[in-house]
Amino acid sequence: MSSKPVSPLDLFAIDGLLSDEERAMRDLVRSYGARELRPHIADWFEAGDLPAREVARGLGRLGVLGMHLHGYGCAGTSALTYGLACMELEAVDSGLRSLVSVQGSLAMFAIWRYGSEEHKQAWLPRMAAGEAIGCFGLTEPDFGSNPAGMRTTAKRDGDSWVLNGTKMWITNGSVADVAVVWAGTADGIRGFVVPTDTPGFSAPVIKKKLSLRASVTSELVLQDVRLPADAMLPQAAGLAGPLGCLDEARFGIVFGALGAARDCLEAAIAYALDREVFDRPLAGFQLTQQKLADMALELGKGMLLALHLGRLKDAGQLDPRQVSLGKLNNVREALDIARECRTILAANGITLEYPVLRHANNLESVLTYEGTSEIHSLVIGRALTGLSAFV
Amino acid sequence: MKIVVCVKQVPDTEAEKRLLPDTLTVDRESSNPVLNEMDEFAIEEALKLTEAHGGEVVVLTMGPDGADAAVRKALSMGAHSGILLSDPALAGSDAVATSYAIAQALGTTEYDLVILGSEASDARTSLVPAMLAERLGLPQLTFASKVEIDGTSITVNRLTDYGHDVVQAQLPAVVSVVEKINEPRYPSFKGIMAAKKKPVAALDVAAAGIDAALVGQAAAATTVVDAAQRPPRSAGVKVTDEGDGGVKLAEFLSAQKFI
Repeated sequence: MSSKPVSPLDLFAIDGLLSDEERAMRDLVRSYGARELRPHIADWFEAGDLPAREVARGLGRLGVLGMHLHGYGCAGTSALTYGLACMELEAVDSGLRSLVSVQGSLAMFAIWRYGSEEHKQAWLPRMAAGEAIGCFGLTEPDFGSNPAGMRTTAKRDGDSWVLNGTKMWITNGSVADVAVVWAGTADGIRGFVVPTDTPGFSAPVIKKKLSLRASVTSELVLQDVRLPADAMLPQAAGLAGPLGCLDEARFGIVFGALGAARDCLEAAIAYALDREVFDRPLAGFQLTQQKLADMALELGKGMLLALHLGRLKDAGQLDPRQVSLGKLNNVREALDIARECRTILAANGITLEYPVLRHANNLESVLTYEGTSEIHSLVIGRALTGLSAFV
Repeated sequence: MKIVVCVKQVPDTEAEKRLLPDTLTVDRESSNPVLNEMDEFAIEEALKLTEAHGGEVVVLTMGPDGADAAVRKALSMGAHSGILLSDPALAGSDAVATSYAIAQALGTTEYDLVILGSEASDARTSLVPAMLAERLGLPQLTFASKVEIDGTSITVNRLTDYGHDVVQAQLPAVVSVVEKINEPRYPSFKGIMAAKKKPVAALDVAAAGIDAALVGQAAAATTVVDAAQRPPRSAGVKVTDEGDGGVKLAEFLSAQKFI
């Protein structure tokens, strides 16, 4: 007995939960990814080099960059559609989704939400078009989960700000035209719009990565970087500023991670149907089907959660703790799916001919960036008990 | 300048196509309907011409209710408005009837130029553009790999086996384009959102002035009397290399006229 295979998300009838417009936008990103990005991704990953400017311009033409922001050349889509776009990009590679997350949800969102009108006019239209690339400097070599301890400082000197310090693990850093940098001031943590050609600013690339190889990751070094007084983001005071941006980016990851998982599962199913073991398809063995069924369940459940959070966000009702639910669950499950798929592909799974180990390696980073799984567990634990267990 | 681009919704080119056993017409339910790929080149060329010369692009399709998705896709690429010709009486129309129906629908609007893709990926007849030009009594410039407009004069490179002919005519005219002509743009998110607000006129046979007796499967000039599944692939030829494998391969390819 055999019947026509159904794709995992079709089994959950996910498309029926989307509007025509949401599907059209998702399909646009999917077909763009399939034709323009996927053919190159293994080479970019192998070389550890992403042609970020070219990729950003292409995505800018579609309207992906800062797509859920309104005005200033941004497309102004729903947040849920932004999630779907993240999913399609990450189905190609987490590095591509990272570029878009950092550009749209971190750098552009910070300027859009907290910047002056001059900041917005100066940067947002060019960033939406992909003509200018942004990065976001919060994490430091010794301060990841506890950004409040940051050592980077901004001191007033007459009409200027002078920034000193080091930021670490900064996506897009070496290719950025503008950096949104968070620094301690006499007035608490504040954000600064730093053109990367400002004297004293440098962004060395971090090499020898085993994950997110199709993504530019950098250190930001600020040595007496002198900025005009109006370089400070006027509307962001304290850690709430950068944390607000991170909530935006995490929302995209809730969807994005599932894209990587879907791609792995589709690759594993296709492989298992094609690969014969003991003279019959690997897909016909019960142990394989158990794996596939479990993975499809987690993918579908994660997708339903993501769509629920997307609808809440578009209704203006999304609580940051709910983003923690989504990020913790969906990244964890996506990583498990990628690893399990690798077992189905066996030795073939370790090559760049197939996407599974590339996705698994990428998801190792996604698991800890934008809030580690541990921190999200503690956010959820605090919500459930009312007791804070961070320290 | 007003350009009408005629497009067709077809079964997904990636999917395996089949005929319905009872009517022997294309099974449209079993695969996703998409905009015929060649039509994207027609839309792109129309957009480029209006970007260079001013004017607007109207996209026209004939098909079942869901065919408005093909119109929306064209609108999201930048076309300005649409016409959807849809009526149960049109189902099963052959190329002759289709060209008649489209010609009648074109009578409801003004135009300087009609552009079509040179073939649809489902029927693959390439007949409609020429038939349509004949119906309209307009010059036909088919299989164009390049289009230039100068005032009321249009010049195209018409793709041939030996290269191309340069063909010239006066507007209005009917042009069909080949894939070589351009690189179709992707829609954008803004384009998709704007497409929702663009006007799409709905026509049935009465509104288009179509005589229902001349269209549909019953009026088709030819009848599909039978269809059979393509037989499964046969085992092929095995060449054992006994030092002359290269020669045998070359002989095989030569016999198949590949080399």
